[in-house]
Amino acid sequence: MVELTYRDALRQALYDAMIEDESIFIIGEEVGRYGGAYGVTKGLIDKFGPERLLDTPISEPAIIGTAIGAAMSGLRPVAELMYVDFIGMTMDQLGNQAAKIRYMFGGQIGVPLVLRTQGGAGRSAGAQHSQSLEAFIMHTPGLRLAMPATVSDAYHLLRQSLTKPDPVVFIEHKSLYSLKEDVDLSIEPLPWGKAAVRRHGSDIVIVTYSRQLQFVMQAAQALSKQNIEATVIDLRTLNPLDFDTIRKEVEKVGKVLVVSEAVLTSGVASELSARISEECFDYLTDPVVRVAGEDCPISVSADLEAGSIPSPKVIEETAKRLVM
Amino acid sequence: MNMTEIKLKHIHDARTNSRLEDLYRQMRRVRTFEERVGELFVRGQSAGSMLHLSIGEESAAVGVCSAMKEGDSFTTHHRGHGIFLSRGANPNLMMAEIAGKETGYCKGKGGSMHIADMGLGHLGANAIVGGGIPAVVGAGLAAKRGKTGAISVAFFGDGAMQQGILYESMNMAALWDLPVLFVCINNQYGMGTRIDQATKATNLHERAIALGLNGISVDGLNVETVQETAQKLTDDARVGKPGFLAVSCYRFFGHARMDKSPYRSEEEETEGRKRDPVLFARDNIIKEGVSDEVLDIIDQSISDEMDSAIDFAISSSPPPLSSMFRDVYGPNEPEPEPVQTRINRILARE
Ligand SMILES: Cc1ncc(C[n+]2csc(CCOP(=O)(O)OP(=O)(O)O)c2C)c(N)n1
Ligand SMILES: [Mg+2]
Repeated sequence: MVELTYRDALRQALYDAMIEDESIFIIGEEVGRYGGAYGVTKGLIDKFGPERLLDTPISEPAIIGTAIGAAMSGLRPVAELMYVDFIGMTMDQLGNQAAKIRYMFGGQIGVPLVLRTQGGAGRSAGAQHSQSLEAFIMHTPGLRLAMPATVSDAYHLLRQSLTKPDPVVFIEHKSLYSLKEDVDLSIEPLPWGKAAVRRHGSDIVIVTYSRQLQFVMQAAQALSKQNIEATVIDLRTLNPLDFDTIRKEVEKVGKVLVVSEAVLTSGVASELSARISEECFDYLTDPVVRVAGEDCPISVSADLEAGSIPSPKVIEETAKRLVM
Repeated sequence: MNMTEIKLKHIHDARTNSRLEDLYRQMRRVRTFEERVGELFVRGQSAGSMLHLSIGEESAAVGVCSAMKEGDSFTTHHRGHGIFLSRGANPNLMMAEIAGKETGYCKGKGGSMHIADMGLGHLGANAIVGGGIPAVVGAGLAAKRGKTGAISVAFFGDGAMQQGILYESMNMAALWDLPVLFVCINNQYGMGTRIDQATKATNLHERAIALGLNGISVDGLNVETVQETAQKLTDDARVGKPGFLAVSCYRFFGHARMDKSPYRSEEEETEGRKRDPVLFARDNIIKEGVSDEVLDIIDQSISDEMDSAIDFAISSSPPPLSSMFRDVYGPNEPEPEPVQTRINRILARE
């Protein structure tokens, strides 16, 4: 076991993958000399050199487009988008190009790129640097989507992303980078596309992903002290989505809370709630309830920022009301 | 001596270059304001760590803004405190906004990177590199249609020179003969990337000329040169010949408050900080016969002004939770339903 941060684990994954596979290179703003805006790629340039850590101008659409062309030409790019909030700038390359190339061209070629980015609130970074935009990606067939919530998943999901035949959008959470865990990276990870049941309980199922897992686990502990036991599902990847695990757990319990940091309306939580309601209808004793981000931009002011996303307290209270 | 008295004294002082002194005073206000913002951060009283100080770049803000007129509009990048201040912003309201307080320009919702006052023609600071550039094309279009005589100025960094949207915007401004000026504050770095690591085409103004705009690069050391150059460009812009101005300067400190600039040498920084437009102006004023003492009095009054801005910010309250949904949409429009209200409604049904 070693103690690693989420940030270290990501760096380790890149390091190990780059040692194993020479076709992997990293391209993005400040990824090389600077070591990444959040320090994830720090030091990698010393090991792999500037050819495999390509510092770019501030030209997001061209960064993703370049990664697409490289991926179609035998390389395996890891493109870094500094903030997921900039995804709109790259959305043509990502949504119209990367996501559709395999299909439009009749399966002749795939685009095995990994787009690493980070999102989420928690650092008073304001309305244009704090969003959770995973629904944009999940709404685009052809793109895979991974959102690690733990240190060990930061490592394993990134390694697995780098073996996939299709574009993977890999969204880290800015408030998780300093999260520490004791991990043994040699333990066989869960397969790609499989959700993790982080906790078993018979009173309620809480489905979540990314940083909200931390909040949900805190809420679950508080609930446990009140004799309410929650099953907690961490989705890990949103595409593929492991609905089998959700179904299995929901059928046992019948009460479900879906928790997501992203704004409520038309979010990932909406899709999850709809599917659970449709597919597990006969097993539900109550409506599927979503606890999600408020339908408003995120303020720079810390109180408003915290108030606009789910908190452990709100998750706990809502779960309690659903169970009682 | 208060400010009015200082002004009066100098009107009577034949040797005083009052224009330079005014430019100096404005630059000193920017410098001191930014220093206080830095202190706010160190004391943990700013909202967040994303504070980008414009120390070293004062001549760009002051030089260009003093060539603008009332009624002109502008957008800025994330390092725009100095520009906003030079266009007449109230330091109290700015500092409060940077501290994330309700009394701030944007009610504490925007912060340093999203500060604005539409009343002063500030169409918004932006945290997206290049994000504020095209709006001046629209503002120019409106000014032209309304025959207002106003121009619109986009301020951005050298980093934005590699964003495609700049070229789309300059092309349209030229195509339609719009009263627009694009101002690149070339502080040599975009985060840790030096300009020559971002482009081979470092004669930035040539790109604008290629698109049919006036294009000039100017050294930012001397604010008077910046002011005069900007004046020519704004005069031209006002009659439908858009322009581009690159002001070269040096970003004295890290990209943001947390950045210690490990990617550049101390020698380089020492050299760079010698290119100090504030001290350069001060020296020139002294050469013209104004005493240090007079300038110290000006500096002191500015320091006091900025101290009160800090006091104002600190003594203000953060926006209340009840303001969460205000201004998502226009007044009297339906507001989004809070998640909690919605949950209460659903669970009460049972
Ligand atoms: C579209 C976009 N890409 C990247 C960033 C991250 N970022 C913020 S400031 C910055 C550097 C900008 O450099 P420059 O334009 O020269 O402005 P300066 O910071 O030097 O004032 C970068 C890369 C961003 N905010 N927006
Ligand atoms: Mg710059």
